[in-house]
Amino acid sequence: MKKIRIGSGAGYAGDRIEPAVELAQKGQLDYLVFECLAERTIAIGQKQKKQNSSKGYNELLEARMRAVLPSCYKNKVRIITNMGAANPIAAGHVVMSVAKELGLKSFKVAVVTGDDVLPELQRLDLKLIEANVALSQSGKDILSANAYMGIEGLVEALESGANMVIAGRVADPSLFLAPMVHEFGWSRDDWRKLGKGTCIGHLLECAGQITGGYFADPGVKDVMNLARLGFPLAEVDESGDAIITKVEGSGGVVCEATCKEQLLYEIHRPDQYFTPDVVADFSNVTFQQEAENRVAVKGASGLPRTDTLKVSVGYNDGFIGEGEISYAGPNAVARGRLALDIVKARFSVCGFIPLEARYDLVGVNALHGETRSAQNEPYEIRARVAVRCSTLEEAISVGNEVETLYTNGPAGGGGVMKSAKEVLAMDSSLIPRSQVHAMITILEG
Amino acid sequence: MKLRDIAHSRTGDKGNISNISLIVYDINDYVLIKDAVTAEKVQNWFGDIVSGEVVRYELPAIGALNFVMYEALGGGVTRSLALDIHGKGLSSALLDFDI
Repeated sequence: MKKIRIGSGAGYAGDRIEPAVELAQKGQLDYLVFECLAERTIAIGQKQKKQNSSKGYNELLEARMRAVLPSCYKNKVRIITNMGAANPIAAGHVVMSVAKELGLKSFKVAVVTGDDVLPELQRLDLKLIEANVALSQSGKDILSANAYMGIEGLVEALESGANMVIAGRVADPSLFLAPMVHEFGWSRDDWRKLGKGTCIGHLLECAGQITGGYFADPGVKDVMNLARLGFPLAEVDESGDAIITKVEGSGGVVCEATCKEQLLYEIHRPDQYFTPDVVADFSNVTFQQEAENRVAVKGASGLPRTDTLKVSVGYNDGFIGEGEISYAGPNAVARGRLALDIVKARFSVCGFIPLEARYDLVGVNALHGETRSAQNEPYEIRARVAVRCSTLEEAISVGNEVETLYTNGPAGGGGVMKSAKEVLAMDSSLIPRSQVHAMITILEG
Repeated sequence: MKLRDIAHSRTGDKGNISNISLIVYDINDYVLIKDAVTAEKVQNWFGDIVSGEVVRYELPAIGALNFVMYEALGGGVTRSLALDIHGKGLSSALLDFDI
């Protein structure tokens, strides 16, 4: 039975680079996928692109490609990624220039576009799901609208024979499903196989999260050598069954427990995982440890895809200002509480009314509130103030008020840090498939 | 006994929704968590954090429950004022549950 090997080279935009190099060198891969686009990343990219029309793609693209292209080229590993973010064409040109510098002959990049649907969203005045009103009625300052595309454009791009396929917003599992459909010739309505391939993609898309990352709990769930965590690869056969494994000698662990945690990561109904390609069913998936760091995946299925695609919509949502200060030793908690009370009172003295505010004692209640915190007083705490504001000036003033606690606040306050940032929030919408068209642009050197 | 003694857990986020998996180490303990860790109990456990509904899904094939908690993340990762904007630490809070 025909088999292919697909590696996962990144779990998010800023992920480690050397595990991907290790996969390219030693993974005997056919494909290396980089999933680098979180919900908000593309809105940030749109903003960068507005300021500079040659930007808006993944900031680590050049460094990543410089690191992995030589091994990928030599070992005939094809790369598939959404690192194009808001500007896949510009990303394609960057990759071409890196390939040229590295002296890679006849290098070919296929760029997939068509996910930017802001004009269509505005023309059709579609509904924003969280806000529960039509776009035009939402009063929001919309920055971006990108549809989650499926495998169509990616498979076509692979058929062009390109060394690398670069897209923007594509559903994460589709990046992995595309090479399976391309290699095995699965029918586009073989929902069971598409469900199985989607499951494998879902397991791989967060890279280190299935090889022992986001898992370790000392003494309970120990993981070896997280500083050299190996990223995962799947050996997939044409029936859609797979083995999840990693390069021998790398850090981390692939076991049934890591696979189970990742299967349910960011999943709601396990029997209805909506992607552009299929409604996948993970409810009967099973894992079987076949050898050390080798786990077999079976049992996923699927139902026909829906007629709409999800669109993630980015909008400006004011600013957040933050400030933090630490207290230690006897009575640290009381001094921290006093510090927070002072800042709260200062806002009213200055006539500043926060849109929303949080006053935390890190070490006591910042993560899960008061009720769960320890009865014993911690040795040190960190007072934290976070405020939603309408203007950047107000956001800056929040950190400044915390800083004034050095000379105006409780005894022994130290280590102030402050920040002010613009907020890019996200909503979502559903757009008819007929409005979204994948387009392929070939770049050749 | 704490849930931590028999199960492990991972949190994921989508918008303002958090999901927490609860997975037994020994498949024979699945019945135990299925009976003891109801959606209602999880709703109460996170009463001070989660404003919306808690829905539970069962995965007997891998010995797991999946809790989907609505309005759980202070508006969601992109706009929350919380220190842990993703709610990554909620899984650890669930494992502290007594059964």
